[in-house]
Amino acid sequence: MRCITTGANRIANRIMVTAAICGGLLFAVACGGSGSSSDGSTVTTTPSNNVLAISVNAGPNGDYANGAFASVTVCVPSTTTCQTIDDVLVDTGSSGLRILSSVLTAALPQQKASDGNAVVECLPFVSGYTWGPVQTADIELSGEKASSVPIQVISGSDFPVPTACANFGSSQDTLSALGANGILGVGTMAQDCGQGCESPSPIYWECPASGCVEAGESLALQVQNPVALFSTDNNGVIIELPAVSGPEATLSGSLIFGIGTQSNNALNGATVYPVDVNGNFITTYNSQQYNQSFIDSGSNGFYFLDSSSTGIPVCSDANYFYCPSTTQNLSASNAGSTGTPSGTVTFSVANADNLFNNSPNDNVFGQLGGPNSLSGFDWGLPFFYGRNVFTAIQGQHTPGGIGPYWAY
Amino acid sequence: MLTISLPAFAGLGEDVSSVQADQAHMQGSLRTTQTQAYTLHEIQAPSGIVVREFVSPTGKVFGVAWQGPWPPDMRQILAGYFGQYQQAAQAQVNSHAGRKPLVIDQPGLVVQSGGHMRSFTGRAYIPEMLPQGVSAEAIR
Repeated sequence: MRCITTGANRIANRIMVTAAICGGLLFAVACGGSGSSSDGSTVTTTPSNNVLAISVNAGPNGDYANGAFASVTVCVPSTTTCQTIDDVLVDTGSSGLRILSSVLTAALPQQKASDGNAVVECLPFVSGYTWGPVQTADIELSGEKASSVPIQVISGSDFPVPTACANFGSSQDTLSALGANGILGVGTMAQDCGQGCESPSPIYWECPASGCVEAGESLALQVQNPVALFSTDNNGVIIELPAVSGPEATLSGSLIFGIGTQSNNALNGATVYPVDVNGNFITTYNSQQYNQSFIDSGSNGFYFLDSSSTGIPVCSDANYFYCPSTTQNLSASNAGSTGTPSGTVTFSVANADNLFNNSPNDNVFGQLGGPNSLSGFDWGLPFFYGRNVFTAIQGQHTPGGIGPYWAY
Repeated sequence: MLTISLPAFAGLGEDVSSVQADQAHMQGSLRTTQTQAYTLHEIQAPSGIVVREFVSPTGKVFGVAWQGPWPPDMRQILAGYFGQYQQAAQAQVNSHAGRKPLVIDQPGLVVQSGGHMRSFTGRAYIPEMLPQGVSAEAIR
């Protein structure tokens, strides 16, 4: 591919790749600098703008703790009918874009199965599910674009929620329950469900007039991680957020697309931790190994173990947070899913009641933690404060190897 | 074809006979292990979901644990406790906004659940029904 530079898009691009590093293959990938095209003529190019601003703030409900939000532009495929949606949660713990139908004005086309039936999804989260039709959109994130991407439009009303979906628990189909206008899933997987949903499951449904039935969907029809569908910078993302010393009202950072594709997204010596097929790696704490641990910008704290194994009491008024009498400075070790490499992580957990009570107007809490009794460590957004965290997508080549992996 | 009538909803708090209904519902295979304090019925579904039901010597399901690419049918395995679970989960979602593992610790019902798409883990139990000498830690 080749990109012709104009003055306007040069200015629009925040990051420039110098001509010196943009020969040969890198030229093709990063589309930067100037180089020779295949027909021998010289073209001048710029890298695509691969930096999307993110902000940790109170979110659209005004009460979110440790949520990183971004603006996402969706367009009716192959048209200029577009809508920019603010306050979309940036989530490395899931894959695929989900938008509340209540904030969506662009009329996106319905994803249809080969038999013509509407494809609808029920996506379970730990505390509930989102339900709604799969529709397709062109997605624009900074200067990156992915075309005709299946996304989930969260809506309890377009199609009635089937019993097997409702049986997951509580609905998160509203702004008050979701706490965001949508979720931008930029995790390690290319699809949200993958091979497990090629057979009928309570995740994907087809909904003829007679009613919705569980259906197997091919990988291409499933909701997709949009990053994997970019023409460049499509092998993963970096989240960059500064360190915090105490509670703060807001925190600004970047979601950068691509790993080792431009001058602003090199691994720079970050350690690469491979992830297993289910999206987990290993955390060791107090000599105990937890194989279902994961890094997740969409979790809002350090969630790990329980009071009996950590000795840290939960809060009397909120048993999903820890409330130690004094701030606990802790240490754990993360390792790739096969056991190597490994590296130490230090982190602190403060009294959540004190954090919230003493800083009622703040939304950034780098020492918020709580229990996660069975699945090991859930390294949520506070883990990202002061660390550049790379998330490489399954099957994608990067200078640090083939995804999936996390690196930091 | 079933020749005996099974309870429509099986699982937590129900009789051991309800395990069969769960197995049928999950179209899974069943493996039973006897320990001194309880009987463990492990149902493995073709989807990869594993549900373990812990049955007391008096024949009641006092705990269930699950693991899989997505959660099991919670209404099926929580049976009469599903409504309480649903209400408590909604309450947690609506307070201290932010996505986090689920912790329900109420008189008569404990539910803990974590993970992410493709890797969910959880357990539920009735504290008062734990047989003597069995700790909640066993339910996993």
